[in-house]
Amino acid sequence: MDKSTAKRREVAQLNELDKKLINLLQHGLPVCERPFAQIAEEVNSTEDEVIEHLTALREQRVLTRFGPMFDAACLGGAFTLAALAVPEQDFEKVTEQVNSFEQIAHNYKRDHDYNMWFVIATEAKEEIEQVVLAIEEKTGLKVLNVPKLKEFFVGLYLPV
Amino acid sequence: MSEEMNGLTELERQYILATQNGLPITKEPYHAIAKQLGISVDEVLALTKDLQARGIIRRIAAVPNHYKLGYQYNGMTVWDVDDQQAEKFGDAVGRLPFVSHCYLRPRFLPGWNYNLFAMVHGKTPEEIQQQRGQIKELLKDVLVERNNDSSQSTHYKSNVMLTSTEILKKTGLRLKNKTA
Repeated sequence: MDKSTAKRREVAQLNELDKKLINLLQHGLPVCERPFAQIAEEVNSTEDEVIEHLTALREQRVLTRFGPMFDAACLGGAFTLAALAVPEQDFEKVTEQVNSFEQIAHNYKRDHDYNMWFVIATEAKEEIEQVVLAIEEKTGLKVLNVPKLKEFFVGLYLPV
Repeated sequence: MSEEMNGLTELERQYILATQNGLPITKEPYHAIAKQLGISVDEVLALTKDLQARGIIRRIAAVPNHYKLGYQYNGMTVWDVDDQQAEKFGDAVGRLPFVSHCYLRPRFLPGWNYNLFAMVHGKTPEEIQQQRGQIKELLKDVLVERNNDSSQSTHYKSNVMLTSTEILKKTGLRLKNKTA
């Protein structure tokens, strides 16, 4: 599949202020009426300039999200990580079948016999099993279902 | 989603719905939220701090697209770790700076013998290989070596790294906007 090489997207051109903002804002934004004025002080800039740069970073999709990160478990949902071993010739068809479920939040192709890995997110615990069975029925493939037993760390800091 | 199921009030649900797609990047981002919810800015700030204190908001932050920052490579490393040791060592792996997610998960035998998952991120293929090497060094005494006799159809390894070659879907998690 040469589509995968096309997926290696362009690396963004970032100046010093962009880099400072990306590093700082991955850690968090103060909760106050004028948060960007506070951030501006920390990076030796102005409120207007910080807003301008952040807006551009979001428009260029360098920042995919900006706002409160909710703990999914607190929202009362249920989650699992699941995988399929898809025969290469059926990959596109199975991708469509799996992605058609609104409960699929993320789906990645990976280089292994189990070559499709996706997160199933539902509002109720019992719905997970229903989605797993529905995917098996739709694709004719057995789902590897490995819900988390324990979380040791979740968080990603990518310094630039 | 019923109120007692996750302990959220209707106002808290409305707050989540108003902010889960992001905050406006304006001088007074919470004013927009206050307007939407029909409460004062002070109330929105208090609510935000309260949700943070209760762990419902993990943090208020920017999420970068790691490809655009040059982190073009990621690997899901999976390990077959002795059950007695898995929690202790999972904790140690999770503390490595280049590991973004680390979980203990059930095995799925036969065929899937890995119980510890650790995601790594790097700017080159060599970098994620090197990170995998560091995890291996840490786990070397607690990896399970399974018998691979030739009569078995499954050939077990103690660990493997699955690199992601394509994003097929990425919508993230959302609270659905429906009345409880």
